Amino acid sequence: MNPVQLLAVFAENKPDQLARVTAALASAHLNIHWIGIADVQKFGVIRFLVDRTDLAFDTLKQRGFTVSRVDVLAVEVEDCPGALHIVAKTLSAAGISLNNCSGFVFGRRAIILLETSDLELARQTLAHHGLKILSETEILQL
Amino acid sequence: MTLMYWQRDLETMPRDPLRALQLQRLQDTVARVEACVPFYQSQFASTRFTAAELRTLEDVRRLPFTTNADLRNHYPYGLVAVPPNRLSRLHTSSGTTGKPKAIFFSQRDVDQAAELVARCLIMVGATADDVLQNMMTYGLFTGALVVHYGAEKVGLLVIPAGPGNSERQLLLMRDFGTTLFHCTPSYALYLADFMERHGVDPRRDLKLRKALIGAEAHSEATRAKIEASLGIQAYNSYGLSEMNGPGVAFECEHQQGMHLWEDHYLLEIINPDTGDPVPDGDPGELVLTTLCREAMPLLRYRTRDITAIIPEPCPCGRTHRRLRRITGRSDDMLIVRGVNIYPQQIERILMAVPELGRNYLIELDGLDEMTIKVELSPAHFDGHVEHLVQLESRLVDKIRAEILTKPKLQLVAPGSLPISEGKAKRVIDRRVL
Ligand SMILES: [Zn+2]
Repeated sequence: MNPVQLLAVFAENKPDQLARVTAALASAHLNIHWIGIADVQKFGVIRFLVDRTDLAFDTLKQRGFTVSRVDVLAVEVEDCPGALHIVAKTLSAAGISLNNCSGFVFGRRAIILLETSDLELARQTLAHHGLKILSETEILQL
Repeated sequence: MTLMYWQRDLETMPRDPLRALQLQRLQDTVARVEACVPFYQSQFASTRFTAAELRTLEDVRRLPFTTNADLRNHYPYGLVAVPPNRLSRLHTSSGTTGKPKAIFFSQRDVDQAAELVARCLIMVGATADDVLQNMMTYGLFTGALVVHYGAEKVGLLVIPAGPGNSERQLLLMRDFGTTLFHCTPSYALYLADFMERHGVDPRRDLKLRKALIGAEAHSEATRAKIEASLGIQAYNSYGLSEMNGPGVAFECEHQQGMHLWEDHYLLEIINPDTGDPVPDGDPGELVLTTLCREAMPLLRYRTRDITAIIPEPCPCGRTHRRLRRITGRSDDMLIVRGVNIYPQQIERILMAVPELGRNYLIELDGLDEMTIKVELSPAHFDGHVEHLVQLESRLVDKIRAEILTKPKLQLVAPGSLPISEGKAKRVIDRRVL
């Protein structure tokens, strides 16, 4: 399987939380490719994709952050109307529900990051329908 | 060779001779305070009691209680029973408000307190080969020094590290092969967390095997958490400065309640409201009378600690009765929205949840608004915000079921709550009532 690994950091809802994380990453010369924040009032989880996951994990851990790795699938679709719908329809037809989903556009390509309880099944289903799954190396080379 | 007992004859003395010894020591103590402590002279006078009337152990109920307030009001020398030149050490016990309480030791008191600690150390399987890192506060607080002297008596190597500076604690543990340590439960939990955050695996990197955990009432779940996270056995230690500090009651290898050294302390459990005795096994306030103390004998001292006697004999062979884990200090009780709550009730729930870390704080604000802040466990964080939301609501439900009022709960980052070096401050009360 070809999951993409994101890092997730627990953050209390205080003004300087994101800056503390980005400062730590910058000091280790890590490049952030994507970032997303799931926030529920008093706390949240900051997730991001960096060029060197292991180094980023160790850097954050050493600085006392509460950090974890999360596997997601990166699906590449065309940046055009209906592209996301194809992915969603394919997965729901196979009975796979999404726990989390986000996306970004790079040039003319759209990348969707998906999380489900069974990533391998989702990968097979999407690949079977001709959708392109990106590996971590591929996504970092965008 | 591992010793079974430090003072076999005294520790395993059958109940009848033990009671006879207690009576004789109680009579001596009462006669001495009647002769030379003005505070007790006036107390006895007001109830028309004379030492000669004390014929059985049950007659102890005719004696007046001694309270916190009595120690403060007669600070500093009012309860001393020996001439000043016989005093050899001062400790104090700080209250939350006002004057401290002064506790004096004669040379013999210092030595006897150390003997009791030596009993406790042997009881948990310590030997002269052990290295004890003493992480209690050295100074006016009894916690560190009394254990220090007892450990030297047994022949352990003692590292007088004092509390705090976790990096240095780890360094000492590594360099000197620490096998035993002594600290508060909150600091033990903090240290486990600190190790986890710094990639230290105590089972692999250190030689720790046992811990003496005292100075704060803590729950069975907290003990389990300390033991699991550090790979050690943790023994509950009970003491209070007014009674020489650590070594009053201590767990044996069976970890089922703490043996209270009854040849040194006469124990009663009373109903804190009426002052009447409660039947063995029922919870109540622990009241202690010193039986051997020279410099500052105290009669029927109200500890404010809630516990119960375990009347059954212990398989370790010691005949001194055991106390249950202290479930709360009657002073610690909070009243929130009309409900009586002990912080330990909340702690018990929090410490049994693996996703949570080891530090928590109860904040009371405004008009009876309770917020519980609790740290997450870094090892259990999986990066899913929805799992944290579920955890939060599960905790609120559990706590509400226990304390019958709904708290606010706030998950916070590991290491973000303040840690204390002595007794942990678990409750901050900012209510305007
Ligand atoms: Zn025992």
